[in-house]
Amino acid sequence: MADVVVERGRVARAAGARKGTSLRNALGRKSTVAFFLTLPLILLIILLVLYPAFYSVYLATLNKAMTKFVGFGNFTFLFKRETFWMVVQQSCIFAITAVIFKALIGFIVAHFVHNIPAKGQRKWRGMLLVPWVIPPAMSTLAWLWLFDPSYSAFNYTLSFFGVGPIPWLGDTFWARFSVILVNVWYGAPFFMIMYLAALKSVPDQLYEAAAIDGANWWQRIWYVTLPMMRNIIAITTLFSLIVTFANFDIVRILTSGGPLDTTHLFATWAFQVGIQSNDIPLGACVSLFMVPILAVAAIFILRDVSKRGNEA
Amino acid sequence: MSTLAIDKAGPSRKVKYGSMSRDRTWALRWSYFFLVLFAIFFLTPPVYMLITSLKSSAEISAATNPWWVFHPTLSNYVELLTSNQFLRFFWNSSVVAIAVVIITMLISIPAAFALARMKFWGSATLATGVFLTYLIPDSLLFIPLFKMLAVFQDYTGITLLNRWYVLLFIYPTLTVPFCTWIMIGYFASIPKELDEAALIDGASWLQTLTRIFIPVALPGLIAATIFAFTVSWAQFLYPLVFTTSVDQFVLPVGITTTLIKGDVFNWGQIMTGALLGAAPPLVIYAFLMDYYIAGLTAGATKG
Amino acid sequence: MADVSLRKVIKRYDDVEAVRGIDLEISDHEFIVLVGPSGCGKSTTLRMIAGLEDISDGDILIGGDVVNDVPPKDRDIAMVFQNYALYPHMTVAENMSFGLRLKHYPKAEIKERVTEAARLLDITDLIDRKPKQLSGGQRQRVAMGRAIVRNPKVFLFDEPLSNLDAKLRVQMRIEIKKVHQKVRTTTVYVTHDQVEAMTLADRVVVMNKGRIEQIGTPNELYHKPATRFVAGFIGSPAMNFLPCRLEDVGGTLQIRLTDRIAFALPPARAARYNALPRTEKLLLGIRPEHLTESHAHLEPGVETFETVLDVTEPMGMETLVYFGLDGTPICGRVNPNAGAKDGSPMRLAMDLNNMHLLNEATGVVL
Repeated sequence: MADVVVERGRVARAAGARKGTSLRNALGRKSTVAFFLTLPLILLIILLVLYPAFYSVYLATLNKAMTKFVGFGNFTFLFKRETFWMVVQQSCIFAITAVIFKALIGFIVAHFVHNIPAKGQRKWRGMLLVPWVIPPAMSTLAWLWLFDPSYSAFNYTLSFFGVGPIPWLGDTFWARFSVILVNVWYGAPFFMIMYLAALKSVPDQLYEAAAIDGANWWQRIWYVTLPMMRNIIAITTLFSLIVTFANFDIVRILTSGGPLDTTHLFATWAFQVGIQSNDIPLGACVSLFMVPILAVAAIFILRDVSKRGNEA
Repeated sequence: MSTLAIDKAGPSRKVKYGSMSRDRTWALRWSYFFLVLFAIFFLTPPVYMLITSLKSSAEISAATNPWWVFHPTLSNYVELLTSNQFLRFFWNSSVVAIAVVIITMLISIPAAFALARMKFWGSATLATGVFLTYLIPDSLLFIPLFKMLAVFQDYTGITLLNRWYVLLFIYPTLTVPFCTWIMIGYFASIPKELDEAALIDGASWLQTLTRIFIPVALPGLIAATIFAFTVSWAQFLYPLVFTTSVDQFVLPVGITTTLIKGDVFNWGQIMTGALLGAAPPLVIYAFLMDYYIAGLTAGATKG
Repeated sequence: MADVSLRKVIKRYDDVEAVRGIDLEISDHEFIVLVGPSGCGKSTTLRMIAGLEDISDGDILIGGDVVNDVPPKDRDIAMVFQNYALYPHMTVAENMSFGLRLKHYPKAEIKERVTEAARLLDITDLIDRKPKQLSGGQRQRVAMGRAIVRNPKVFLFDEPLSNLDAKLRVQMRIEIKKVHQKVRTTTVYVTHDQVEAMTLADRVVVMNKGRIEQIGTPNELYHKPATRFVAGFIGSPAMNFLPCRLEDVGGTLQIRLTDRIAFALPPARAARYNALPRTEKLLLGIRPEHLTESHAHLEPGVETFETVLDVTEPMGMETLVYFGLDGTPICGRVNPNAGAKDGSPMRLAMDLNNMHLLNEATGVVL
């Protein structure tokens, strides 16, 4: 009897040990498979995103010929240049103004589209998203032609109202206005589509309840629509802030930074300094100044996106 | 007495009904009015592209009404579509965009599958990292990447700069993070019981991926493909920096640099080129609008 | 087909024990239902049998072989999920044949098996449809078809009827029972619905907090519950529990419910409970159907008392009456013609032949 018990115990122990190792093997297999599945992604991120990002910091500490370490030399050099501060100022004005107008126009247009009968919405939405679909380099060429100093179709039209001719790209104020206008034109449809998706996700009963409680259309927007869409508005705005702040195509094609460097953004100036004038360290240094604002926006986006994830 | 009360209630109720539907009618009219205004604003540039592309140089320089074509001609289209140089740009763009889509999918789908279904050490961090990578703009990386490629060339003797295929390495940094991110979202929305059922049916993880996950998440896959294609097609900064010879150019760079000859702007041809360059994304959009929009909104609503 | 054994099976998640040592012998052809409230470990147990969860300790045997480390596909089991888990991109036939196709069965045999299963489940007309085009009940049939086609040793059902509406649930319940009578495959069925458990099972396993409370046939559980949990869980409306104590009055054993109400126990019961200490805190368990209207010819062991009804619920074939005894809410079932009205007094009869006596502290039925 006692023998049997011992025997049993041993079998149980053996079974336990066997289970332990094979379970570990199974876990090992699973995470090994997962590792190989994600390996290309990890390599891509490390080699072509993380490494260049840090390499950029290293480059920024070299002299123009890239033979000597100059520490913060490039940074102090930039601080002394008037153009740099102009770029900082213009980048901020450009990004903030453009994002505000994109958000506003996107919101208004989304509301109008949401207002009309559902049957026609698809058609209108399809039409209004076209600016976002055209590659910006292509559509900016059309704007460049619309702004042409001698043949501007806008000035032709305005002349009938006795206005103009407006130096769209020749004068600092108008050039800044124009690059923002084009950016708003390009980006507002994106906001519209995001808002429209959010509007559709607000349950109709909420509006009906608000209407029964006696809310007028403005109160419905303020107390129902906006709170329900707050998160998506935040994400879209922050995302757009990053993209707009780092914009290159529009300014590059429309003004190349002119007149007199007054429309340069970090990206276009870094391109001019680093690639065209062949001062790679200084160019790297310029583009690095984008990092702080991008980082702040990214952190907030991440927070909002994970919040959405938790809600769902 | 009772008739009086009914008399009173009748008309007042009627008035209320009338005013409400009138309110709605007016709201609708205003909506359409503003939608037309915004549509004009949004569609003016592409329409103007089309108008100009149908004009001869002579008509453009005559400075007649810019909004009207008096002598429509297809000469700009004929000229561009028979120009070897332009066709070369188009070819380069197509090859790059299609190859990038394939590379992106080969990297994104397995990674998204692993991140959505196989919880492993660091998987949550990696998913967050993927999303953060998506937020890093091209204008932050083009200078170090340019220098990296130059250094790479010095050490190995392999020329990547000024070759169109360098873009096959670079573009995935823009497409892979977002595509992985939305595919994680689509995969995660597949009920867990579905892979358990497949597991019991005897499917390996590879069979689960190819025979269950990919077909079920096909809408997401199409959205991701469209995204990768349009981003690759539209990318301007990287090819501008990494290619310098005309025969290596992709469309956006080719049109903006070669059609502008010195100070002579041949606007008819530039607009034709721009329109042809915008055509592939527009055609895709026209046919697959719902997938396109699903991809756009997925970034903020999924995952 | 095979028997299934669980021996001291334990499942730990980090520090929490979800299943705390389960011993269960399921014989061939048997239909076993695991029932219990959510979080009792019944689904985890099923998933451990399926191999979808690793077991932390103990052994699971299918057909006499320890399958602890055998992957699900090699356990020769089939599972039906609560949300059906049909592959949405495949037709009904493709769904049912997926497992066989993965195992490279000959095409003719696959077709034959699918046709046979479809005929059995009466879904022959739906064979080329996609799951999206099916109703909930039809999807449920397809999910069962997918299981039948594979002709496994064991069927596992994880709350398969929970997503259906009440009427369809009854219908599918009968359907499942019919299928089992035809194929006779060993079945483990998980549900939180005690009616489903009672109607389907050969034997019911009542689980609570990761442990088995009682195993028995539906009748055993209903008439001889082992614990307060089982007594309260099985049966609807649930059994009433009244605080009480035993006392000896003039040589007979009495059960005192309130200051006012005390009944002499029937002789059989008196003999059974006589040894209990009189000071012990006890609970009287009595089902609503044993609390009826009083009438002239009462059987021995049926005692009457006067009460005032709080609420009455006419159900058609009977009327449920709710009232309180010393603050304890009680439910009884009376004849619809007995004249029960909200707020009115009524004389009720308690059938002490069907009473249960429980230890209040331990919950054990005495």
